[in-house]
Amino acid sequence: MSLAKRIIPCLDVANGRVVKGVQFVDIRDAGDPVEVAKRYDAEGADEITFLDITATSDNRDTIIHVVEQVAEQVFIPLTVGGGVRAVEDVRRLLNAGADKVAINSAAIFNPEFVKEAADKVGSQCIVIAIDAKRVNAEGEADKWEIFTHGGRKETGIDAVEWAIKMVDYGAGEILLTSMDRDGTKIGFDLELTRAITDAVNVPVIASGGVGNLDHLSEGVIKGHADAVLAASIFHFAEYTIGEAKQHMADQGIEVRL
Amino acid sequence: MSLIAVVDYGMGNLRSVSKAIEHVAGSADRVIVTSNPEDIHNADRVVFPGQGAARDCMNELKRLKLDQPVLQAAKEKPFLGICMGMQVLLSHSEENQGTDCLALYEGNVRHFDKDMHGEDGMKLKIPHMGWNEVNWAIEHPLLHNIEQDSRFYFVHSYYADPADSSLIAARSQYGVDFACALAKDNVMAVQFHPEKSAADGLQLLNNFCQWNGQP
Repeated sequence: MSLAKRIIPCLDVANGRVVKGVQFVDIRDAGDPVEVAKRYDAEGADEITFLDITATSDNRDTIIHVVEQVAEQVFIPLTVGGGVRAVEDVRRLLNAGADKVAINSAAIFNPEFVKEAADKVGSQCIVIAIDAKRVNAEGEADKWEIFTHGGRKETGIDAVEWAIKMVDYGAGEILLTSMDRDGTKIGFDLELTRAITDAVNVPVIASGGVGNLDHLSEGVIKGHADAVLAASIFHFAEYTIGEAKQHMADQGIEVRL
Repeated sequence: MSLIAVVDYGMGNLRSVSKAIEHVAGSADRVIVTSNPEDIHNADRVVFPGQGAARDCMNELKRLKLDQPVLQAAKEKPFLGICMGMQVLLSHSEENQGTDCLALYEGNVRHFDKDMHGEDGMKLKIPHMGWNEVNWAIEHPLLHNIEQDSRFYFVHSYYADPADSSLIAARSQYGVDFACALAKDNVMAVQFHPEKSAADGLQLLNNFCQWNGQP
């Protein structure tokens, strides 16, 4: 008897609709966020993550309404990220019904913001989203760096060092995405996942690359992840959350069935 | 009809708690989120949630003059403490270099050991975040239609350690065997979040909305 590993479906939301692209291009419509969230809840999702990828700030308020509507009908934890730049953004999302708020590029531009946010709302509400890309050449020691703008802009920051620093600044959880794997369906970057998970003392969610149910189990068993996140395999009904959980349970992973 | 007061002392978002209770409450029930002592006095049942740091919670309860009304409610009507609303019912917390709490019950709130390992040898992360099994030690009206060892959603770094072990209604395992629910007379207090625990959480809240306060 122990804590279950979590399965978290992720909904990319643009202008109030769920979308899914491959490596941030080729965006396809995948439905109404409230309906999708209700379906995942009914299938036994342990948590739901919304990433607001709305391009313009004019439409940012849309995500607040989405969160409000979902929180009235879905009674599992909700994490919301995308465009979070100030403590006021964090507060508004929490007040709308989010349980945790994911901060990504704003943490890179202003790390003190993470401290301030964690101090105001508590570390348990602050998730740091890390988009990492492998930068070592083949044959060299593993090395990953942080990228922004959907993986297009390099920062020169070492991913493992960054994760440690962010936990020190008050992050309560890390959402780790491999930009090399995102949308590819060839599985998590397990070395990256393990390097970060073993380096920090807060839960780590593995993300980027899930194409089948074995990938989810590998994230936990080989990547040491505390939770696994996937989008497209659930959106397009290739697998249900229940099938994913049963598969993980069959591999000896503790899950909530 | 029954008036259900959710105590608001500025610690954390109460929308999830109030929405979950509204979802299960009877059509004649009224749910109010309030920081007015009078409302707590007039309510038929009281939900006492909260998240954040122990010292901030205690300071806000005192500043808003809610400490005594909350204690009074815990002595006389169906009362549900959630998360920080469970911890501050004890006499003392280790958080913030030591914080004196409401002292409804004798006991201490302790931090999880920083160097804990699970059965598989993996280091246990803090906070304890996610779905864990809840092993009930008692029978109770709030457990109607909830199976033994059902999983509930937790997120916390501190846990309650009451002096009187007969208060312990349920235990969970996370490196240590800790009290995740306390019950006595008209009070049930839980470390986990029923408002975030899907069907079983809603069932517990539903049971609370119908509870007459007898154990």
